[in-house]
Amino acid sequence: MNILEIRNLHVSVQRKPILCGVELALQPGEIHAIMGPNGSGKSTLANLLAGREECQVTAGEVFYQGLDLLSLAPEERARAGVFLGFQHPVEIPGVSTARLLKEAFNARQRYRRLPEMDAIAFRDHLGAQAGKLGLPADWLLRPVNVGFSGGEKKRNELLQMLVLEPHLAILDEIDSGLDIDALALVAEGINALRDPGRATLLITHYPRLLDRVAPDRVHVLMGGRIIVSGDMALARELERQGYGWLEEVAT
Amino acid sequence: MNNDRSQVMNTLARSYQQGFVTPIASDTLAQGLDEAVIRSISAKKQEPEFMLEWRLAAYRRWLGMTEPHWSSVRYPPIDYQAISYYSSPFFGNPGAVALEDVDPALLATYEKLGIPLDERLSLAGVAVDAVFDSVSVATTHQKKLAELGILFCSMSEAIREHGGLVRRYLGSVVPPGDNFFAALNAAVFSDGTFCYIPPGVRCPMELSTYFRINAARTGQFERTLIIADEYSQVRYLEGCSAPQRDRHQLHAAVVELIALEGAEIDYSTVQNWYPGDAEGRGGIYNFVTKRGECRGDGSRISWTQVETGSAITWKYPSVILRGNGSSGRFHSVALTNHHQQADTGTKMIHIGANTRSTILSKGISAGQGHNAYRGLVKVLAGATGARNHTQCDSLLLGGACSAHTYPYIEVKNRSARVEHEATTSRIGEDQLFYCRQRGLGSEEAVSLIVNGFCQEVLRELPMEFSVEARKLLAVSLEGSVG
Ligand SMILES: Nc1ncnc2c1ncn2[C@@H]1O[C@H](COP(=O)(O)OP(=O)(O)OP(=O)(O)O)[C@@H](O)[C@H]1O
Ligand SMILES: [Mg+2]
Repeated sequence: MNILEIRNLHVSVQRKPILCGVELALQPGEIHAIMGPNGSGKSTLANLLAGREECQVTAGEVFYQGLDLLSLAPEERARAGVFLGFQHPVEIPGVSTARLLKEAFNARQRYRRLPEMDAIAFRDHLGAQAGKLGLPADWLLRPVNVGFSGGEKKRNELLQMLVLEPHLAILDEIDSGLDIDALALVAEGINALRDPGRATLLITHYPRLLDRVAPDRVHVLMGGRIIVSGDMALARELERQGYGWLEEVAT
Repeated sequence: MNNDRSQVMNTLARSYQQGFVTPIASDTLAQGLDEAVIRSISAKKQEPEFMLEWRLAAYRRWLGMTEPHWSSVRYPPIDYQAISYYSSPFFGNPGAVALEDVDPALLATYEKLGIPLDERLSLAGVAVDAVFDSVSVATTHQKKLAELGILFCSMSEAIREHGGLVRRYLGSVVPPGDNFFAALNAAVFSDGTFCYIPPGVRCPMELSTYFRINAARTGQFERTLIIADEYSQVRYLEGCSAPQRDRHQLHAAVVELIALEGAEIDYSTVQNWYPGDAEGRGGIYNFVTKRGECRGDGSRISWTQVETGSAITWKYPSVILRGNGSSGRFHSVALTNHHQQADTGTKMIHIGANTRSTILSKGISAGQGHNAYRGLVKVLAGATGARNHTQCDSLLLGGACSAHTYPYIEVKNRSARVEHEATTSRIGEDQLFYCRQRGLGSEEAVSLIVNGFCQEVLRELPMEFSVEARKLLAVSLEGSVG
């Protein structure tokens, strides 16, 4: 069974059609990349998969591990293992990352009828993951994203992914704003979750992250559809030529 | 019949968990108020003559006063003759009842509320005075405190046993004629807590009072007096709850704090009176006068309050900064949901030189809640070098609620520095979605964000209280997201 299967998906935002007939399938263990010009609808696709209400589905179907994903509330999707690393993570004053993650983790445990983790066990789990990303100890106690730099916010998204261990991770420009060392750590984090039970959808503009995670497929989203798919060679071609040469295919 | 009805209401509004009624016989005065009622309250409490005179003088002043209506809260007229002014679960002299003789139903009530009155079971480090309707039921850890010279007892006992201190300090911060409700309280107050901390003593445990209204159609008029003598320190906690009833009930308390030279008083309240149902039926009218005076140099008084209950909350815990270099703080979280109304804030009166005050107010409105911050910062001519910082933040959930800020600033000394900042924000869709994407339900997400919004105030509370306050905020927000 595919982890994610999108069939003929049409989505409008504020009555404006953004996605018109997206087809995509991720098999267990796969990492796919989605590239495409600014405003082509990559984030819209990511938000739709996470259940954002503004994204209106006008046609099509989405299955996640065989479940009708569109029938689930955002929190149900999350508890079932869908994670979105946001392009623009929000700030939540007064709420520490540790607190948010403990609630998130235990909500998922309850959903799966697994025992909740107590404060001490969770602190250890969290500390171990933060260590992998080279984050200082006080990081977890700071309010979520408040005053974080662009790159720090992205690292915080990846930390959350590592703690919540999703089956489907959708990472929307997780690489933007990262310095070179952070990029390497983030790539390691993504590779750490590469296993036969999971799949990852990476939205990016640059091949530098893709070089480190070796995606199975690279897709180009343009004109509301995936107009071409290939492997790393496609990403390199885009880096050389931009998207102009694809415009004919798109229309 | 009455019982059936309250059972139905209990099931309807499950979320108010303290809404049960204790079925217990009570010695309750007939409804109505006149001099005979006041004489009878004073007699039941076996008060000395000076107290009766004090009450009667207050009553006569009250007769000449009119109910104030300058606040932003709205309610139908209160019929002061339709209230019973005294209700006690004890018959005869309440002062003579030993804990062993207290009706087990009463003790069970407090246990159900999480406040065991048996010292062996009680929270370590917290002494409790338990007030049930008009009387104090029990006061724990009195002996241990007495060894340090600390007086911690019910107001009734203080009037009988420590008349000198009571005479000297009662009404010295909130005089009987201060305002309409303070005058009413002075006339009919029934019980409350009295604390005296002797010079140089740091109170080794937190002192607390738990107020419980049980009887129907009664008012609760408690009176609390805390005196911190020179260079002493005390932390005091106040909690409260009431059964769910479909009629409004009046709670008009007066709290006076006195800090002498170098003394420090921290007073925390978690106010959880029954707020009424989702349609605005029932609930407590909480019209309270709370005021502290930093009488001595270098003294400090802090008010921290979490106001989640009551149909209407109307209170302004204030500090009179008389001593030079004294400081006052007010930290408040006020949450209104459904049809609740709150008009709350503080007054900081700078009299002494180099006095400091800090105000941090967090208002949360949900449903059709109405939430107003009203604060006065007054710097008198002699208060050279006075400083105030005020921060008022409002958070709105949904479109039908409202938040208002009414800051009043009067400065008569040019060296004073007074700062006021205010923000109003709506809970962000983006924040909610972010939390839900991580797996939190809508209500959990709202509660987490609201908790974060109040964090700076909640962390001022003692540990057990802040856990309790977080839970209360979550419960009070139920039904606030559609
Ligand atoms: N709330 C909205 N109202 C109107 N238009 C919107 C709204 N949200 C998104 N859009 C439009 O939808 C289109 C797709 O936006 P989206 O954010 O999905 O692009 P993207 O591919 O992620 O771009 P980028 O590479 O810049 O992140 C854009 O034209 C954008 O302006
Ligand atoms: Mg985008």
